[in-house]
Amino acid sequence: MQKSSWRPWALLAPSLTAVFLLLLVPLCFIVVYSFWLRAPTGADIAAFQLGNYKKFAADFFYPSILLRTIRVAFETVVLCLLMGYIPAYFFYRSKTRHKSVLLLLIMIPFWISFIIRTLSWINILGDTGLINHVLVRVGIISEPLNMLYNEGAVLMGLIQYLLPFMILNVYVSLEGIDKSLLEAARSLGCTEWQAFREVTLPLSLPGVSAGCLLVFVLTSGTYLPPMILGGPRNEMIANLIFKRVIGTLDWPFGSAISVVLLTLLIIIIYTYNRYLGINQIFKSLQ
Amino acid sequence: MKIDWNEKIDAAHECLHKGRLSRRSFVKFLTLAGASIGLVGGPFGRLTRSARAETKSIRFDGWGGTTSEAFRKYAFEPFTKATGIKVVDGEFGDMDTYLTRVKASFPPGGEFNLAHLSGVFDYARYVDLGYATQLDESKIPNLQNVMAAMTAPYRAITDGKLSAVPYDLGQTGIAYNTKHIPKEKADELGAGLLWDKELDKKLGSWGDWRTNIWYGALYTNQNPNDIEDMDAVWDALKAQQGMIKKYWGSGAELMSLLANEEIYATVAWSGRVAHLQEQGHPIGFLAPENCYSWQECIFVLKGTDLRAAEKLLNFMLEPSAAIAVAEGQKYPPSLDPTKVPMPESIQKLPAFDPTGKLEGYLFADPVYWNGHQLEWSEKWDRVKSGA
Repeated sequence: MQKSSWRPWALLAPSLTAVFLLLLVPLCFIVVYSFWLRAPTGADIAAFQLGNYKKFAADFFYPSILLRTIRVAFETVVLCLLMGYIPAYFFYRSKTRHKSVLLLLIMIPFWISFIIRTLSWINILGDTGLINHVLVRVGIISEPLNMLYNEGAVLMGLIQYLLPFMILNVYVSLEGIDKSLLEAARSLGCTEWQAFREVTLPLSLPGVSAGCLLVFVLTSGTYLPPMILGGPRNEMIANLIFKRVIGTLDWPFGSAISVVLLTLLIIIIYTYNRYLGINQIFKSLQ
Repeated sequence: MKIDWNEKIDAAHECLHKGRLSRRSFVKFLTLAGASIGLVGGPFGRLTRSARAETKSIRFDGWGGTTSEAFRKYAFEPFTKATGIKVVDGEFGDMDTYLTRVKASFPPGGEFNLAHLSGVFDYARYVDLGYATQLDESKIPNLQNVMAAMTAPYRAITDGKLSAVPYDLGQTGIAYNTKHIPKEKADELGAGLLWDKELDKKLGSWGDWRTNIWYGALYTNQNPNDIEDMDAVWDALKAQQGMIKKYWGSGAELMSLLANEEIYATVAWSGRVAHLQEQGHPIGFLAPENCYSWQECIFVLKGTDLRAAEKLLNFMLEPSAAIAVAEGQKYPPSLDPTKVPMPESIQKLPAFDPTGKLEGYLFADPVYWNGHQLEWSEKWDRVKSGA
């Protein structure tokens, strides 16, 4: 066995090299940059100082955007879970021969550009969009409803982006449940609802956990829905990073905000692992 | 200068025979000569040869869309046909994104050659970051046709020399929906239209800090290039923020917001408004007193083959090319109308100045605005977010 111990590493080498070069090395650059200074012209000055972190914590403006991001991410997770569990359960229980077609329908949105999908909401929710147009024409309202450029629109954009991730994670977990357990529960006198509550739901939790974690992390780092569908008060932390790095060429401060976000996500994942166990995620994939 | 190694070795050999060179020195010479030939003829030789070779392509980055199409058709393709130099045509969404790409390239700026930059302040930024070159104006005869008023601000930054040629000009004025806002009202309110309470949640603005502060200064009756009461400007912008429905981020978004009547009034680029008007939308353009005027230039980045760049710039400043590009992008060209006759289509464009002197046009003072960039852009982020 000793002789072949290098083989797994050899097989992993390409992936590890890619992770090292494309993730860890750039990450190190970001951490180093976060201690640098920025000249008024936009040039970076090598230094080691904590000014960028101090600036982040100096008043409540930047932390408030971080808190807003966490809140919106949490809301997105809850909504995606509520909206995603039901279709996933439906696919699991469906006896149709065309289950693969149903799953394909979940995948179809990924074939269209995320930007296009997000922009399409403008034509649906806008003042002259589909919903307002129909409501005004039918006479239900006289003035268009303000549905765009607010947090509701941002949540809508996030859900349409992240819902498939939740559905697929929950579905994979449900598919892994031995159906004979359900039959046993029913034969022991459980109602359909009790069988779901006592057997299916607990056994699907690893998938639910995986979906929640994935949706939470992806929401925390996304910037397109708030940028396209949000109003002046709906910016999230990724928009702030984008503005600092691209808009004002303040790479050091942008890097510091990125490091703060990353640290927060690591703490959340660590806490999750401590109390729920990250191995639960892998169970859902078995 | 070409070194003939055969001749040199023969001469050394003859010296050895005649006793003027010791055997040890001859062997040393041969070793050094061999090493030199190896280096020059080997990998380093390949480098120097490629450096000496004629430039076969040059990169140009612009705003894309109709502007790039016009460039391709009227400047790049004829240029390639005439010189054999291919123009690699890149695009960017906005100036800051492009500068980030330039800064991130290795060596910084080294992957880029020419860029269609906006505003004199951008020219100053690139110069400050060390990306400037020095153009040989005698190689760009068409520069003679460019308005002197447009080259002067660039010369002031680079000690009378140029690292760019001015190419077009425009204004950031106020676009308003004529169905909902009468022209008389817009004319009467001027910059105040952007603070009209009747337009609550029907107002838009660009997310750019400079433009908003500029209009804040106009609203508080101050000179945008010398704001004395900055608190008043911030207060005005805070008051306006509550009425803004959307701070747009691109020209396409601006056009969509106006065309779909999501907003009725906003600051807007004159060329984009001209496009909307051409498409039949009921959009008016107001250039209030001290309206934000700006000019665009073709900047040549450090490390570019200047001979090729100067040839291309001259091509782009050919009146036929410059006018065609201007018609495509709806911004008047930098050519002096008193020297180059302009067609009616150009004369009708917003910001066109038939005198070629640009008197009464107020441009952003690059030193003043770049000097406040860090402080004001951060403060603007807070105001924009309602903090």
